[in-house]
Amino acid sequence: MNSTASAFCSLPALLDRPDIWRGDGLSRAGTPAVPCGFPGLDAELPGGGWPAGALTEILPAHEGIGELRLLGPALAGLSQRGLRLVWIAPPHLPYAPALAAAGIDIANLVIVRTASPKETLWATEQALVSNACGAVLAWPRGAKYAELRRLQIAAEGGRAPAFLFRVPEAAGESSPAPLRIALGTSGGGLAVRVVKRRGAPLARPVLLPAMPPAVRGKNHHVDRPPAAPAAARDFPARLVHA
Amino acid sequence: MAVSAALALAPRLRVAPRDPATETEALLGVAGWAAQFTPGVALEFPDGVLLEVSGSLKLFGGLESLLERLRRGLAEMGWSSVLAGAPTPRAAFWLAWAGKQKFIGESAELDPVLAELPVEVLRCNDETLAAFEAIGVRTLGELRALPREGMARRFGQGLLAEFDRALGRLPDPRNFFVLPARFRAAIELPAEVTQAEALLFAARRLIVQLAGFLAARSSGVQRFALRLGHRDRAATEIAIGLVAPSRDAEHFTLLLRERFAGLDLAEPVRELALQADEVVPLAGNNLGLLLEQGKPPGDWGHLIERLRARLGVEAVLGIANRAEHRPEHAGVITDLEEKQLQLYFGERPFWLLDRPKPLAEIGAVPSLDGPLDLLAGPERIESGWWDGEDVARDYFVARMQSEALVWIYRERRGEGGWYLHGVFA
Repeated sequence: MNSTASAFCSLPALLDRPDIWRGDGLSRAGTPAVPCGFPGLDAELPGGGWPAGALTEILPAHEGIGELRLLGPALAGLSQRGLRLVWIAPPHLPYAPALAAAGIDIANLVIVRTASPKETLWATEQALVSNACGAVLAWPRGAKYAELRRLQIAAEGGRAPAFLFRVPEAAGESSPAPLRIALGTSGGGLAVRVVKRRGAPLARPVLLPAMPPAVRGKNHHVDRPPAAPAAARDFPARLVHA
Repeated sequence: MAVSAALALAPRLRVAPRDPATETEALLGVAGWAAQFTPGVALEFPDGVLLEVSGSLKLFGGLESLLERLRRGLAEMGWSSVLAGAPTPRAAFWLAWAGKQKFIGESAELDPVLAELPVEVLRCNDETLAAFEAIGVRTLGELRALPREGMARRFGQGLLAEFDRALGRLPDPRNFFVLPARFRAAIELPAEVTQAEALLFAARRLIVQLAGFLAARSSGVQRFALRLGHRDRAATEIAIGLVAPSRDAEHFTLLLRERFAGLDLAEPVRELALQADEVVPLAGNNLGLLLEQGKPPGDWGHLIERLRARLGVEAVLGIANRAEHRPEHAGVITDLEEKQLQLYFGERPFWLLDRPKPLAEIGAVPSLDGPLDLLAGPERIESGWWDGEDVARDYFVARMQSEALVWIYRERRGEGGWYLHGVFA
């Protein structure tokens, strides 16, 4: 009797219960997640990574500032475990040499091309409902709240993290996605701002190095910017002859 | 009733002649579907199917649950049915024929139930039925009350033997139905159909039949074809190919739904025919011992098929790299699950533009939303003289004013100029 009472009364035991959530903490228990590979960012994400079975919105300030590099380690880990990565309506060709160099097993990467935003939403929903993918990446254009809500419901209970890449202006609209990440730049690195997460809001952005490895550490101009094609011939070029 | 009399009573009546060949085909179809419940399926022409189910009751969770499955399946195939059961096949068939949905477990209970059935269940010729009527015999019980000798003399020994078989006093061996190697089924639509939804409804009947047939053979199909017959034109053929063999009726229906949605019918459809020639063995699924958390992982093949059914085969693709120096040939779109090469290319962007985009050059500096900052390069790529698509370029990694990293090159031939070819993202 005594022991039962103490088990109920012990505060730490009570706080360990998954259905008790403290306002100042992040909900950890019960949210399966895929580690994103950046310890500084993992620490700030509920569950310690990209949430599985939920939408994550990625809102880059400009295309190309590091939105794929941010997902690289997580995608590499999933694909190497034999899980499929489905890319729906990507804006350009995902370039196999770069993806392979980032450790992604490109045999497990599938591209779905769509002809309209409606088809993109449909294909994304199918991929989420099927629960047969390791991760779903989609580039929906102009999705409405109700449509996103549908996708969130489709994702729930599944094992795949679902990434939606949207325009930065979407940060101002409300969204059913439990995690929303805005990307900006700061001092040559990638500034990851958590717009929304389950738990307390995050005031400061997390800074990550954003550059491709070969460029990192050489953050300066090429010694002599080429003035004219004629001058370029003097460049110490890495010549590839076939 | 004469047709003229029937038309007088109901002027809008549509009269259709019976088609024995189609009836037999339908009966064979039902038998093939029912073989999933028991290996002992026998036919009672022209409209009865007998199932030996005593060995199947446990597997299908008891009589009620088995009957429920039979009813649902038959209804899905569009048949109305009367189900009855008895210890002997003859008695079961009589009960069903008389429209009595009764299930009798013990031979001892059989006699009083059969006694109530009308003599028509014997399916004698009209002459014999008239003779029964003349002597005031309407039920089997009244017939059996007559002296056996007199009956045998008047109506033949066969009639008595029928009784004895029904009561289990004489053996009643049956030839069991043997499943055909291939599946073929067709239905004629009651009216010409142009709408996809109505078409799917009709096709669903054939699909349920196919699924039952495949379950009976413990098999699956990897491809099947649905033929839509028109009045004046050649039939429209819809071929469905699957990534892996399956016998899942729901999945087949979903695939057909997507195909119908994109179908442009030139003419109304009068007839549907489903055909599956290659039937491959498929083991059943074992359920996990422990309940897994969350949704069970889905079937990858099913997802690909659904996407392709709606978006087209060429909409779902993989990527691969090639031992090539030209960037546009080094990373390409391919079929799914192509074997991959291990290659190293140096620093490459995640996105490659479909075609290089010309960049403005302002004050000798390439510009894209402002002047670009060259961070690394040049990497000279000069290759491809053998196929006429040769390139000679110097590639650079450049930073935009927005701090996005891009992959650009300077053309080393002709007019020269700068081009954007990739985005590092």
